[in-house]
Amino acid sequence: MAWRIVVGLKDGVKDARGERVRREISEHLGYRLEKVQTLDVYTVAADLSDAEVEQAARGPFSDPVIQDVAINRPLASGFDILIEVGFRPGVTDNTGRTAKEAIQYITGRPFKIDEGVYTSTQYLLTGLTDKAVAERIAKDFLANGLIQHWTILAADELDSQTGVPVTVPRVVSDSSPTVRGINLQISDRELLDLSRVGMLALNLEEMQKIQRHIADPQVVVEREKVGLGAELTDVELEALAQTWSEHCKHKIFSAKIEYEDENGNKETIDSLFKTYIVGATRDIREKMGDKDFCLSVFKDNAGVIEFTDDWSLVFKVETHNSPSALDPYGGALTGIVGVNRDGVGTGMGARLIFNTDVFCFASPFLEKELPPRLLHPRRIFEGVVEGVEHGGNKSGIPTVNGSLVFDERFAGKPLVYCGTAAIMPRLLHGKPCHEKKVLVGDHIVMTGGRIGKDGIHGATFSSEELHEGSPVTAVQIGDPITQRKMFDFLTIARDRGLYNSFTDNGAGGLSSSVGEMAEDTGGCELHLDRAPLKYSGLHPWEILISEAQERMTLAVPAENLTEFISLAGEMDVVATDLGQFTDSGYFHCLFEGKTVSYLSMKFLHEGVPQMVLPAKWQPQARVEPTFSQPQDLTAELRKLLGRLNICSKESVVRRYDHEVQAGTVIKPLVGVANDGPSDAAVFRPILDSFVGVVVSHGICPSYSDIDTYHMMACAIDEGLRNFVAVGGNIDHVAGLDNFCWCDPVKSDKTPDGEYKAAQLVRANKALYDYCVAFGVPLISGKDSMKNDYQIGDTKISIPPTVLFSVIGKIEDARKAVSMDVKRPGDLVYLLGDTYDELGGSEYYAEQGELGSKVPQVDAETALLRYRTLHQAQQQGVIASCHDLSDGGLGVALAEKAFAGGYGMRVALADVAADAEMRDDKILFSESQSRLLVTVKPVDQTGFESLFRGQSCRLLGKVVAEPLLSITGQAGDSVINAPIDQLKEAWQAPLREM
Amino acid sequence: MSKTVKAMVIAGNGTNCEREVAFACRQAGAEISEIVHIAELLAGRVNLEDYHLLNLAGGFLDGDDLGSAKAGANRLLHARVAGSEQTIADQLKQFVADGKLVMGVCNGFQLMVKMGLLPALAGKQQQSCSLTINDGGRFEDRWTWLKVNPESACVFTRGLEKLYLPVRHGEGKFVTDSRETLQRLEEQHLSVVKYADNDLQPTMVYPDNPNGSQAAIAGVCDPTGRLFGLMPHPEAYLHRTHHPRWTREDLPEEGMGLWLYRNAVNFIREELL
Repeated sequence: MAWRIVVGLKDGVKDARGERVRREISEHLGYRLEKVQTLDVYTVAADLSDAEVEQAARGPFSDPVIQDVAINRPLASGFDILIEVGFRPGVTDNTGRTAKEAIQYITGRPFKIDEGVYTSTQYLLTGLTDKAVAERIAKDFLANGLIQHWTILAADELDSQTGVPVTVPRVVSDSSPTVRGINLQISDRELLDLSRVGMLALNLEEMQKIQRHIADPQVVVEREKVGLGAELTDVELEALAQTWSEHCKHKIFSAKIEYEDENGNKETIDSLFKTYIVGATRDIREKMGDKDFCLSVFKDNAGVIEFTDDWSLVFKVETHNSPSALDPYGGALTGIVGVNRDGVGTGMGARLIFNTDVFCFASPFLEKELPPRLLHPRRIFEGVVEGVEHGGNKSGIPTVNGSLVFDERFAGKPLVYCGTAAIMPRLLHGKPCHEKKVLVGDHIVMTGGRIGKDGIHGATFSSEELHEGSPVTAVQIGDPITQRKMFDFLTIARDRGLYNSFTDNGAGGLSSSVGEMAEDTGGCELHLDRAPLKYSGLHPWEILISEAQERMTLAVPAENLTEFISLAGEMDVVATDLGQFTDSGYFHCLFEGKTVSYLSMKFLHEGVPQMVLPAKWQPQARVEPTFSQPQDLTAELRKLLGRLNICSKESVVRRYDHEVQAGTVIKPLVGVANDGPSDAAVFRPILDSFVGVVVSHGICPSYSDIDTYHMMACAIDEGLRNFVAVGGNIDHVAGLDNFCWCDPVKSDKTPDGEYKAAQLVRANKALYDYCVAFGVPLISGKDSMKNDYQIGDTKISIPPTVLFSVIGKIEDARKAVSMDVKRPGDLVYLLGDTYDELGGSEYYAEQGELGSKVPQVDAETALLRYRTLHQAQQQGVIASCHDLSDGGLGVALAEKAFAGGYGMRVALADVAADAEMRDDKILFSESQSRLLVTVKPVDQTGFESLFRGQSCRLLGKVVAEPLLSITGQAGDSVINAPIDQLKEAWQAPLREM
Repeated sequence: MSKTVKAMVIAGNGTNCEREVAFACRQAGAEISEIVHIAELLAGRVNLEDYHLLNLAGGFLDGDDLGSAKAGANRLLHARVAGSEQTIADQLKQFVADGKLVMGVCNGFQLMVKMGLLPALAGKQQQSCSLTINDGGRFEDRWTWLKVNPESACVFTRGLEKLYLPVRHGEGKFVTDSRETLQRLEEQHLSVVKYADNDLQPTMVYPDNPNGSQAAIAGVCDPTGRLFGLMPHPEAYLHRTHHPRWTREDLPEEGMGLWLYRNAVNFIREELL
């Protein structure tokens, strides 16, 4: 029997959620409604008594002070149209899970496998009678058809006795688990069809490799011994597709690239990853010698560096672009809780200390018609921000650093970068905590969530462009609380020494986690039928590759198994013994005792053929614009401050808890009114110590349209510049690269593949060159290579984008420096030269131009500057420091002034600039490696002597009068504006988001 | 050992601030300050009666899925301690009856209010107030000024006039079930801390009042003054580097939030040991 419990606010209690929905319907869709009320609905389908349901309804499900509750009758009244939105069968319903647990506490009886509580929300709209409009509101705002369904009723259609009819979105499956044999001895065309229809994302060469392998008589003999034959099973084919996916194997970064530059010089690059990324780190570590602080790079879920004598620092950044395009909330939430598992699952386990997030979207105010399947950027913005908010806040991890980057092409695929840092003891039970190894005979134990159909084909789906057939099951919704409970449990298990190794279940599910861990021993025996399921009816292949969230796989020695499982039970965490790690040489899966997969470990992990990729660099013919200098540069500055890439992101920052754990020393918002933009975050992870972690990033996709080499160089410099601005030690810093590219593989779909591949090569060359020049090792990274949209003739490719994240150390966080000016009378200095480098700048973009002179980085000069700055910060002579980036000097001056609440008087004639540069270009050039600092007059001599011989110019001073006044090179006033006015221009655009 | 102040923070099922709360208690002078996972309490290995100060920390119990702290309150009320018929709520009742101290912050405050521990007018543990969705409809992290009621019996705020602390919540709007309840809260000085403007006047104006709380109430105590809860986070301001403007203002080393914990520890030393 099923009950519907409806909970609504009492008369006179403000419905803040309804009011927000009403406002957003108006902002998103332009429909002005009089009123929106919201009601919560719990559909309870379980073996309970009426009295028990009543007890739950009046107890945990409702609040007697503010809410009314009704069972099996409507609560709705005083509305025109009712829309009820609920989840589709099988979609993760966190509130439903919590509601189920609440009832179990009351009754003391566990639910049976197919019993459950399902939640939905009723929206009561007043001021609307057109059901077609209601349909649009449901489809384009309240619900996401991929994961939700809705019911629309006019007021007179609602049965006054029973309300909305009961529907139970239970997963119903009448199929019994089966294993299919797949005949691969078929034509090439059929092979490709098989890959495409099955969402395998394998190309012909890869399919042929599998075809040949399974036809090998030697292989057939071995297979027959375990009851298999010359046909591959669906379990095996799916396991291979996951393991060989672009997402898991990084086939493009491992490819052999035939590169030709603009002069016709040819070279062969055997793996970008090995040559430039691993290569840079190897060369830097060699050079550092005994000062090398890297502990674990590229081999684990995250990179690990030294932090203090007792602690190591762990860092990882992931992307979750494709899922976020389909379901922004679930995609982003899963992105953040997913990367959290990487942080925790590094070495023998780490404790999370903060998150970072960077999003690339099209303008939320975009007014163009969008092609099919694309969500409006405003919806993506709202959903992604909310997803990361829930993921971070609920997990108790402060979000301390991030960015929002806007370009219209991100309408085709939004980029959602989620980062996480953690700390771990240097030693655990006397052994380095960042190392782990599975031993033969260890049990395969899965902990955390149960397995459903969610996330099936996530790894292969994100290895393709977004197209008509993109599967809905690729969408998952994370559950921060289930995960948190698991982490609490794993920390205790780690400290008791109960396991030898572990890793998270992300892309590819058990197939990847067990497959990778089994490399330590050379085999495994995995019993798929033992896995705990969300509902019955899953096929073995689905169990193997499901990406259902909140799961980790551990290697538990036999002697600890009982203690491990019972501790899990006590802490309300699901833990199941699924088999053992072996040295059989085979990835051996069984279902009810019957072998369903018998793939050699060697073929599984090393069988994928190396891709060969042509790349040809031809610089685009770009020219500098010819517009003359605008009359009113104050107006230009205001326009720049209001550009989406520059304006305040405070409305988003405030939605993230950036202070939980009590470690955030330099917060994202600083200054006299707590609203100035920080360059980077400083975090004290150990409560009784002042040693700090500094985290920042650089990202500049707009330069890619000119040259990805300089885009990469600028991203590295920007990351480091932000890092040193707040006080980070440039000699104890590591980098992390996240490439998001459009498909660079030349094909009918991508005729310009050679150019895109060359862009990729050039970015990698810069990555190597500049990391080595700055002495910054790379410790981890990720690539996402198919950020395109293609349906019909419409193709949208994102601009090549690299997020360069930076993590390092400040010895004493009390010496950190914020960006806001501190007091009148302080002297204003500009560090670094200004060149005519406005190609790809925000200023040119505002004029509708791209230009050709992209900023270039001189690493040697910059490194000396950054080291000297650190010395000055250590000596305490820097009152404030802000980096120059988008919008250049003009924007940096304005931000410093209004963040500090004082004016500034400066002269452009004192800027070290190219000869004959116009005032507007000096103001808005984006030349790299520049920083703006203020210094107390009493510290002038000390400061200047530190920077003797370097580019360091006194531009003016901080003044009490709240006015930014800038004189041009001719001595005339070029900018003269009250700081409040500038601040308003900067705060207005995204204030209401 | 009789002179040992013992503080406990309950952790698990979505609490987030347990580490810094335990640290605050230690900084304030508690000799013992332990983070205890709720599984330990439910297994019966740890009992509340061995402690003097119970902290209910901030976080998202069970994701606040059924409304803030609702599912958490349900667990304390119904889950049985192993091998007994007792619930943690029963232990808590005894703890309160023994005159010991309880402080709930943010989610912990929501938990206390929804279990009826606060404000417990006339000593009755029945829910009369609630904390609901912010008027703005969203989670927010921002620092707020709090005016302390000097006439309140609250043990934690003795001698304090004002506090500057961050709020970090989506459901912090304090409401009462009736005008009468509000009146009694005010008359009995149970409304301990109120959101205030720069002149330290209680305010209903956003953002100084970040959530639209009735009568600007940010925290309340019970009539004994020994049970106290508030939405802003005292454990987030223990040192000057926690202050959002520490790089530009001359501030004492010690943060204002620590004062609340020190008052608690001093009270225990004087009255309970």
